[in-house]
Amino acid sequence: MAAGPGVTGLERAFREEWGAVVATLARRFGDLQAAEDAAAEAFAAAAATWPETGVPPNPGGWLTVTAWRKAIDAHRAAGRAAAVDPQLLSDVTAAEEAEMPDLLGDDRLGLIFACCHPALALEVRIALTLRYVAGLTTKEIAAAFLVPEPTLAQRLVRAKRKIRESGIHFEVPAAARLTERLAGVRAVVYLVFNEGFAATGADGLIRGELCEEAIWLARLLHTLLPADAETAGLLALLLLHHSRAAARTDSAGKPVPLAEQDRSRWNAALIAEGTSVLDEALARRSPGTYQLQAAIAALHAAAPSFDDTDWPQIALLYGSLARLDPSPVVAVNRSVAVGMADGPLAGLAVLEPVLASGALEGYSPLHAAHAALLEKAGYPERARGAWAKAAQTSAVPALREELFRRHENS
Amino acid sequence: MKYALLIYSPATAEEYAAAATAGRQAAPGKGPWTDYTQAAKDAGVLLGAEQLTHTETATSVRFAGEDRLITDGPFMETKEHLLGFYLIDVPDLDAALDWARRMPVHDGQTVEVRAAMTGMAWQRVLG
Repeated sequence: MAAGPGVTGLERAFREEWGAVVATLARRFGDLQAAEDAAAEAFAAAAATWPETGVPPNPGGWLTVTAWRKAIDAHRAAGRAAAVDPQLLSDVTAAEEAEMPDLLGDDRLGLIFACCHPALALEVRIALTLRYVAGLTTKEIAAAFLVPEPTLAQRLVRAKRKIRESGIHFEVPAAARLTERLAGVRAVVYLVFNEGFAATGADGLIRGELCEEAIWLARLLHTLLPADAETAGLLALLLLHHSRAAARTDSAGKPVPLAEQDRSRWNAALIAEGTSVLDEALARRSPGTYQLQAAIAALHAAAPSFDDTDWPQIALLYGSLARLDPSPVVAVNRSVAVGMADGPLAGLAVLEPVLASGALEGYSPLHAAHAALLEKAGYPERARGAWAKAAQTSAVPALREELFRRHENS
Repeated sequence: MKYALLIYSPATAEEYAAAATAGRQAAPGKGPWTDYTQAAKDAGVLLGAEQLTHTETATSVRFAGEDRLITDGPFMETKEHLLGFYLIDVPDLDAALDWARRMPVHDGQTVEVRAAMTGMAWQRVLG
């Protein structure tokens, strides 16, 4: 979890517990709105009393018990029929805060699956996950995704109503659906990371924190599903990508390509953790696209320089990745690795079908890869044209400037 | 929970009429829709199912103040037509989506899944 400036220890503890409290109540009441209201009341009560009484020995238990009681009160006040098991109700009400989490178990996995349900629109899945699992505020999510706060709040209200009325339960899916649904959850976490990773320049400060949130989510998912190799692969990939964060932009905020990054600024702790998580995942012998990408990132992380990188191995890994995920974007990345391993002409051969298909005509990295390969192969004129195309198609202003510079210099 | 699985199709009235003729002439106890309906019945989830005539044959009653205006045609002219539905009772949306996915619909058709409201006062009449 990102602990930016101004985030106190108390606030951080709050956010660590938020998802667990919301999950417990949502599952028992089948209603995310009721869970959120009760959790918010409990957290407000904590904020009012803890600074004077001190943080209780089991803050999570205290928050859960308090939220539970608030929810029961609200439930009764609304005169709703008890959808909650009466036995559990009395057990929980009588429980001391220390025993509460043990009694209820960890419901966060069910909450994550509900928030990432494919019946919800993708941007809604992302917003729900960040709000209820990661504990970001509506304001923070709206700022990160550059949408007005009322718009985002309205989206969340509609999503909660759909979850309640359409019968999306806060449960781990049945075995037959688990693989597919888990892939959907991983995709949401990966998208959150990429939103932060792609952000540069003026927006970078806020949006960069999305990377930390995604890593926090991936770590949680890995803790809840330690035996799943691809979930571990996702966590490893995010840690390894994030290890380069400090070197990815220069002091003026301009992006620095991998080849020119100051490797001493890479985060050794993140690299060590990512590599170790990846090794454990690979030992399970259940390969997948996240593990392959993490393995590629690990080879980059282990290399002393761009030229002195194990390119043949990276090219092989991209070959395996292309078989699992035959998308043109993977082919573009593979062409760069093959170009380094077997020479620019071999790289251009990989790129040929992608260019011919026209599928990625507006994708700037395609033209940048093409330009670099043409340059190395000794076609400066054609390289100039490709650099120009790369600059024209780039959506990131800072990157566009850099590409124009290369176009001028080529 | 009760769910309606609403089957929408872009078939024109002519195409639909031809398919309906074939559907009546098919051997009893055979065909993908027979199998699907039997499976839902055997699983104990089926509450009801109807196949509707084409929207081209629809008649609409429009309410405007005290007036009740009868018009020829559907409520709204759309490319896709509601041509039938299944009403099922299953534990949650995932189970309802599974039954929707199993439907032997044609390419280009869509099945809309809608949960039924519960606890409404008027529903007590149904017993």
